[in-house]
Amino acid sequence: MPTSTSRYQYVTCDPTKCVGCQLCEYICSYVKTGEFNTYRSCIRTVRAEEVLITSVTCRTCEDAPCVIACPRDALTQDPITGIIRIDANRCDGCAWCIEACDFGAISINPATKLAEICDLCEELEEGPQCVKWCPKEALELTTPDRRAQRARRKLAVEEVLGPRG
Amino acid sequence: MYGYSGKILHIDLSKRRTRTESKPEEWYKIYIGGCSMAARLCWESIEVGCDPLSPGNPICVANGLFAGTPVPVGGKYGLASKSPLTDFLGDSLSGSWFSIALKRAGWDGIVIHGASEDWVHVFVDDDRVEFRDASHLLGLGTYQTEEAIREELGDDQVRSATIGPAGENLVRMANVTNDGRQAGRTGHGAVWGSKKLKALSVRGTNGVSVADPETLLKLSYDIVDAAQGPHTQKYRILGTVSNVLNMNRIGLLPTRNYQQGVFEHAELISGEYMHEHHRVKTIACAQCPIACEQMSRVIEGPYAGSMTGIEYESLYAVSSNCGIGDMNAAIKMIDICDRGGQDTMSTGVTISWAMETFEKGVFTKEDFKCAKYPEGFEPYFGDGEAGVTLAEMIRDREGIGNLLAQGTKRASAQVDAERGTETWKWAMNIKGLETPGYDARALKTFALGLAAGTRGGCHNRSAAYDPDIKGEVDRFSVDETRGELAKSTEEYAAVYDTLPLCKFIRRCFTGKADRAGAWPVIAQLINATTGWDFDYDAVDLIGERAHTIKKALNIREGWTRADDHLPYRWQHEPLKEGASAGHVVTEEELEYLKNIYYKAKGWTDEGLIPREKLIALGMDDVAEEIGV
Repeated sequence: MPTSTSRYQYVTCDPTKCVGCQLCEYICSYVKTGEFNTYRSCIRTVRAEEVLITSVTCRTCEDAPCVIACPRDALTQDPITGIIRIDANRCDGCAWCIEACDFGAISINPATKLAEICDLCEELEEGPQCVKWCPKEALELTTPDRRAQRARRKLAVEEVLGPRG
Repeated sequence: MYGYSGKILHIDLSKRRTRTESKPEEWYKIYIGGCSMAARLCWESIEVGCDPLSPGNPICVANGLFAGTPVPVGGKYGLASKSPLTDFLGDSLSGSWFSIALKRAGWDGIVIHGASEDWVHVFVDDDRVEFRDASHLLGLGTYQTEEAIREELGDDQVRSATIGPAGENLVRMANVTNDGRQAGRTGHGAVWGSKKLKALSVRGTNGVSVADPETLLKLSYDIVDAAQGPHTQKYRILGTVSNVLNMNRIGLLPTRNYQQGVFEHAELISGEYMHEHHRVKTIACAQCPIACEQMSRVIEGPYAGSMTGIEYESLYAVSSNCGIGDMNAAIKMIDICDRGGQDTMSTGVTISWAMETFEKGVFTKEDFKCAKYPEGFEPYFGDGEAGVTLAEMIRDREGIGNLLAQGTKRASAQVDAERGTETWKWAMNIKGLETPGYDARALKTFALGLAAGTRGGCHNRSAAYDPDIKGEVDRFSVDETRGELAKSTEEYAAVYDTLPLCKFIRRCFTGKADRAGAWPVIAQLINATTGWDFDYDAVDLIGERAHTIKKALNIREGWTRADDHLPYRWQHEPLKEGASAGHVVTEEELEYLKNIYYKAKGWTDEGLIPREKLIALGMDDVAEEIGV
């Protein structure tokens, strides 16, 4: 599975903690549309196998392939936060960005037929609402570097104390 | 109207036609959703006195009020038909995505009439209905069918309720499965099979709006938070299987077809053992922040690779109750049931009846011939491979499986008629539905709750085990308070089953699970969703109405006082060992309990419902038909 190439923050899900409740989808769709509709959520729960459950949203890739793929220059990336913005006036719903995204993080709004993507709830002081609501603390706002630090720490602990820490 | 679309979808499988029925807001205020609305739709649609496997028996789906909203554990729907096991109302609940898709598709309920000539898959795509050929899905298990449909329709968000081979074979304990959860009891799968309905799928793309989203979110957030604490710890960590050792301790763990209440191998089938050796992951229904389903796998031996979610009520039935102290065989049996689409509880209790009937010499090795064992086999209690083979034989109606597929009531009646035996004396069912994982010989309030239950031997509709087990009353004796207590606990449960909300959330509103703790918050949830002005009393009335419409339907189908019975064994054969030894519910006790229960309900001595009572509940048309 490809991983993010980003230095930016994004919301990640720990599949060992995710139980598939979809509350992230409810709250995301409500914050973005005023309705509860998992079809309109920018974060999506995936149940690939009976016990393989996780959630996926935008990884704020550096040099984001979706931005490059857009034939109408409707997608731009914020240089500070990495958030992908979609200009509704330019987007015509061709879905090239969806095809370019290795994470399946972009979707077409069934009502407007235009592309939609996670903006990390940048307008809200509390930050991403999915992270706030996740009952199992499976979602986290993080960066690849922070995840790497944690992986190193986990490895160090396991090497000393054994796999159960 | 918020929370509802006001529309019921009627689908006629015989004519392949559909129509939309509009319901007024007042109707919803009385029947709400879930089990109550499903029962009411059944009341309106059923051909009175029909054979449950005939076209006159409707399939009634009623959605939950909170499905599709962030209200925790509100993603559930109710399913009702006349039960092929009990010949009375069969009402079940199932959780997860299906209800949410249905809500977004804009239907409060679906009623399926008639029967199809050919196997059909009905696809409700928002407001469009498609009748699709299902012949290529035949023989597929429940989970496989769901996946095949999503693949075929090319959308992960299509949600299906399906039957497996058991339902196709009209196994009377077959069930309906969606998203890995089951509308498990009373034989809905056989009703679907009789209509050649393999699957009902829904795609809903619309948003769900509520009257006061900000209030609803605030209430929901607090409940989600509370649901991570001590009030749900039992469910989150070990799941419901934590009950095994508790029930064994009080001597009420059904063992060897309820001949014993203590199982010597209880440790080997305990929640603790399962957690240590078999648990793979804990998962949740959609819209549930608790997550109680302990997905468990067989690691080694002949059943290696089998995996499914294990609940206490499945586990007691296939393990201790069959004398099987082997978690590998137990998981395999539950896996067969879940994938084949049949009720684990009725399957396990029917197998235990067959084992006892064999041990008592009525059945012999000859009776157990099958493709796997052409010479037959000897199903002694404790033989895991025998249990596994019998579960498969029931699913496929192979050999003696054809007899057992009818459940203990019909199977014992047939054997006794053919062989002049009395196997009915250990046929553990009430009204034809196999009894649950609580031996009610020494839970006397619960015994009343079970006997009087509209659904038969079911632990979900009566919560009367609670005061018994908690010691709020003396569980070994009867007194004049039990009638009121049985009424109160069944109507309490009916509120949850009607909204529906999963009962595992009951302590998360205020920390107290009683009415005073829960009803005020539930009223706020209802009001924020619908814009109504429900208060404590209005919430409380939901339960009485739900129970009344179910009872009314049973009365119209011919219920009499004698149908409120207990299994012979619980009335005449005391347990010999353990903390509940020496007790039975005598004939006199049961008749006394029924008397005070009917009185508490405001019914006649014969258990019929007075006209005024029905009119006071807003059920005037019901009063016309069955009021006395």
